[in-house]
Amino acid sequence: MHDTIEARGAGARSPAPASARRRNSRILRALAPLPWIGPAIILIVAVVLWPVVEMVWTSLMRISSSGATLGFRGTGNYHDLFGETDLVSVLLRTVVWVVGVVVVTIVVSLAIGQLLNANFPGRRVVRWAVIVPWAASVLMTALTWKWMLNYYYGVVNKVLKGVGLIDHSVNWLSNPTQALIWMMWVAVFVSLPFTSFVILAGLQTVPQEVYEAARVDGAGRARTYFRITLPLLRPALLVAAIINVINVFNSFPIIYAMTGGGPGSKTDTSTTFMYKLAFSGTGDVGESAAMAVVNFALILILVLLYLRAVGWRGEAQP
Amino acid sequence: MSSLSNRRPATVGRGVPGSAGRGRIVLLTAVGYLVAFVFVAPYLEMLLTALKPDRELTASPTTFLPKHWSFGNFVDVWKAAPIWTNMQVSLIVAAVSTLIALLVALPAAYYTARNRFWLRGPFLLLVLITQMFAPTALVIGIYREMVYLNLTDTLLALILVNAAFNLPFCVWILHGYFSSIPKALEEAAYIDGAGRFTALTRVTLPLSLPGLVTAVVYTFIGAWNEYVVALTITSSPNRQPLTVAVPGFVTSYQQHWQYLFATSLIAIVPVVILFIVIERYLIGGLTAGSVK
Repeated sequence: MHDTIEARGAGARSPAPASARRRNSRILRALAPLPWIGPAIILIVAVVLWPVVEMVWTSLMRISSSGATLGFRGTGNYHDLFGETDLVSVLLRTVVWVVGVVVVTIVVSLAIGQLLNANFPGRRVVRWAVIVPWAASVLMTALTWKWMLNYYYGVVNKVLKGVGLIDHSVNWLSNPTQALIWMMWVAVFVSLPFTSFVILAGLQTVPQEVYEAARVDGAGRARTYFRITLPLLRPALLVAAIINVINVFNSFPIIYAMTGGGPGSKTDTSTTFMYKLAFSGTGDVGESAAMAVVNFALILILVLLYLRAVGWRGEAQP
Repeated sequence: MSSLSNRRPATVGRGVPGSAGRGRIVLLTAVGYLVAFVFVAPYLEMLLTALKPDRELTASPTTFLPKHWSFGNFVDVWKAAPIWTNMQVSLIVAAVSTLIALLVALPAAYYTARNRFWLRGPFLLLVLITQMFAPTALVIGIYREMVYLNLTDTLLALILVNAAFNLPFCVWILHGYFSSIPKALEEAAYIDGAGRFTALTRVTLPLSLPGLVTAVVYTFIGAWNEYVVALTITSSPNRQPLTVAVPGFVTSYQQHWQYLFATSLIAIVPVVILFIVIERYLIGGLTAGSVK
C-alpha cells in the first residue's frame, strides 16, 4: 500500500516517457522497504556480522601481545591452537558440559513445566519463584554458589554434614571433577526457568479435548503422557534443546567466576579457554580468534540444525 | 491470541475432580512450594550473607542467620565502592540500548508483517540466524572491531553491542505479534478517517502491547545482566557496569562478601520484579516468538 502511494507520487511529479516512468517506479518500489528495514540491517551488519568477519580475519593474522597486527600468518594460529596440549581435554569437557547440562535441564524441566501447568493454590507464587534465576544475573548467581560452596564458611558443607552425607567439610571447587559437577549443576539451575517456561507454553497449546478423548479411550496417566503429551511437546522441546545448547555452550560467567577454569585449564570449556588464550598472561589474540572460529563453526552447525527443526522455508511466518 | 491461550488453564480445571483430587492438590502444593524454595534459596542465602557483619562471615561454625542483623550494610555499601557510578552505567547502557533496539525493530517488524517484497525472505532469515549469535562467542571479534573503531572503554560500544544483539529477538517477536493482528482492523480505522500513523498508534500498537512489553523487558534485562563484553572492552572503573564491578568486592586483598551480595541484590531485585510483572506475557511471547 505504502509503496504504491509513493510510486504514484513520484510518477506524477516527473512527466517522463512511459517506459522510463515504469522503470523508475519499479526501482522506487524495490527501494521502498529500505527506510523501514534499513536501520535494522545496518545495525545487524555493523555490530553482529562485522565481528564475525573480524574474528575470521584476526585468526589468520599475527597479533602482538599489545594488540597490534603484525601481518598475515595464514594457518599459523590454528597450528598453535591444535598444538595446545590442553585442547583435546578442553573439547571433550565441552561436550560433557553441553550434553550433560542440556539433557538434565530438559528432563527436570519436563517435570517442572508439568507442575507449573497443574492447578493448585499458590501456583502463581511458584511460577514467580521459578522466574528468579532467569531474571537474575548469571554472574551473581554463580558468585552465590561459589560462596555457598566455600570450604570453611559455605552452607553446602554445613547442610551436607547436618544430614550426614559427608563427615568433613569438602573443598568442592579445588577438585576439578567435583568443581565441574557443581558448575554443571549451576548451569542447569540457571537454564531451568527458561526451559520450564517453554515447556509450559507448549503444554498450554495442547487442547483439553485431546486429554478427554484419551481418558474416554481408557488410556492411563503414563500412557497418555508418553503417547500424547510428549509427542505434542516435540516442537517446544526442539526449540528449548537448541537454544539451551547454544546458551550452555556460551556459558562463560559460571566457570569464569567459580573456578576461572582452573586449576590450570582443568575446568575450562572451549569458551573460557578461548577467553584465557586472549586475555590472560601472555595473551595471543590471534590464537584465541582461531579457537573462537572453531567454536563459532560448531555453533553455526547447531543453528542450521535449529533452522531445520523449525522448518524454515524462506517465506515461513513465525 | 497468545494471551488467550495464556489465560485458559486458569479457568479450565486440569486436575481430576472429586475426593481423589484433594490428596493430589495437597501433594502438588507441597511439591510446588519445595520447588519454589529450591529456586529462591541461593538468593535467600545472598540476603542473609548481605545482612551479616564482617566478622560473622568468617566465624566458625557458620550460622544460617546473622547473629547481629546488619541492615547498615545496604547503606555502607554505597560508600565502600563507587557502585552508584556503576549502577548509572548499567542503567544508561540498558535503557539506551533498549530504546535503540525498539526504535529500529518496530518499523522493520511492522513492514515485514504487512508487506510482501523481495527482501522480506532474506531479511527474516538474517534475523532468525543472528538471533542465535551470542556476544560471548564473538567477543574476540567485537573486541577487535571496537579497537579498530577506537571505541574500547566507552559506553557507546556497550550500547551498540547490547542493542544490536537483542535486535533480532525484538524484530522476531514484534513481527509475530503484528502478523497476528488482522489488517482489516487497521483498514477499519482508515475508513473512520484515521491516517496511517494514527491507525498504527491507536490500533496496532495497543493490540501488540504484550509483544512490545516482552521485547522491552527482555532487552533491558539482557543488557542489564550482560557481562562478557563489558568485562572485555571496559577498563576504567567509572565505565564499568555493575556486573563487572561487583566481583571486585572479593579479591585476594579484600573479602567483602556482604557488600558483594548487598550490591547483587540491589541489581537483582528490580529486574526480578520487572520479569514477574510480565510473567503472563512471557508465556504468550515464547509461544509467538519461538515455539510456534
